[in-house]
Amino acid sequence: MLNVQGLHLWRGDRHVLRNVSFSVEPGRCALLTGRNGAGKTTLLRAIAGLLEPEEGAVTWRGAPARATRDAFHAETVYLGHEPPLKGDLTGRENLGFSVGIRRAVTAAEIDAALTRTGAREFADRQVRTLSAGQRRRIALAGVLLAEATLWLLDEPTTNLDADGQQLVAELAADHLAKQGLIVAAVHHSLPLPADRVVGIELAA
Amino acid sequence: MKTPALSVAVLVARRDLRLAFRKPSQLLQPLLFFLIVATLFPLTLTPELSRLRDAAPGVLWVGALLSSLLALEFLFREDAQDGTLEQFALSGQSLTWMLFAKTCTHWLLTGVPLALAAPLAAGALGVPTAAMPGLIAALLLGSFAMSLTGAISAGLTLGARRGGVLLSLLSLPLAVPILVFGADATQRAIAGDDFAAPMYLLGAIAVLGITLAPLAAAAAVRIGLE
Repeated sequence: MLNVQGLHLWRGDRHVLRNVSFSVEPGRCALLTGRNGAGKTTLLRAIAGLLEPEEGAVTWRGAPARATRDAFHAETVYLGHEPPLKGDLTGRENLGFSVGIRRAVTAAEIDAALTRTGAREFADRQVRTLSAGQRRRIALAGVLLAEATLWLLDEPTTNLDADGQQLVAELAADHLAKQGLIVAAVHHSLPLPADRVVGIELAA
Repeated sequence: MKTPALSVAVLVARRDLRLAFRKPSQLLQPLLFFLIVATLFPLTLTPELSRLRDAAPGVLWVGALLSSLLALEFLFREDAQDGTLEQFALSGQSLTWMLFAKTCTHWLLTGVPLALAAPLAAGALGVPTAAMPGLIAALLLGSFAMSLTGAISAGLTLGARRGGVLLSLLSLPLAVPILVFGADATQRAIAGDDFAAPMYLLGAIAVLGITLAPLAAAAAVRIGLE
């Protein structure tokens, strides 16, 4: 369903992505691995449409993602390595906005997602007073609430404790069980059922 | 269900208003700057009201322009830094529309207070009370046009590390017509003449800005996010 075909991307004079091709079907997770600087983040951002590749194409449901950008983005959620949250707003306010611009969301839904990611007790504090792990839990609640088909996750377990890492694996497994798609850049593998994982190693 | 466009605009406006009121110093800074610039002129130029009155349109509009440049710094920069602007771009909603809502909110928070506070500074420059409504109207329209054209420059300088100087350089040529017609309108208002003609021209610039600026700003922001 998600198809990446012959992607080449340069950052300045560095040829970061060299002919990257893979595809992901519903219920499958592509795990991107590779050394620091191998282009995992670059690849995720190129899939999300934040970077324009010099060559190659990303297709979603058979259509070029770039040409059908808004429809593609409505089905996609991207979580970068810095959780995109406003420090001066509370976690709940952040989610009310970031999910609210995508779809109509109720306070009860936000509550349920925060409970699921273990972020409920600190969701009413301003985000800048929270630890990095707590921020990530709030951002993960945002990923759940987006109800997107395709999750693009960049190091989703960064800053999380053992519980939190387990939580990410569970959320990912649930999403895959609902025929969702995931592309995740990881350093440590995510404990997911082996038959659901497509490994992609990026060479530096 | 996808959020309708109007609700998106309301959400953007509400978020930015809330953020602004949690950090009021950022709002007050451009306003204070404007008032300080405008009130320093009577101290340095001449105490003679008739001469001050001649200089008033220029002083007020240059002050307003510089203050709006100062305020433009905050339009997209913080959102770009904490990654929330990326969420705008990836939400599946029209980025053009969201940036338009954002720019209007920015004007509400910077341009409108400036226009409303202008009579304070204008009084010190010897502008007669009868000219105040005209001054406020011209500044309201002019600052709106400046916010819109400034949004393009703010978007274009997102990628630059220290974008402040570049932002000013890019904005100034776009702002000069606004400055010229705005000062003209104010001058006519002070003289007690009809100032409809420069106001129409300011209005035309604002309409052009509404039509084109959000589109250009969205394209610029997408490049800036790379």
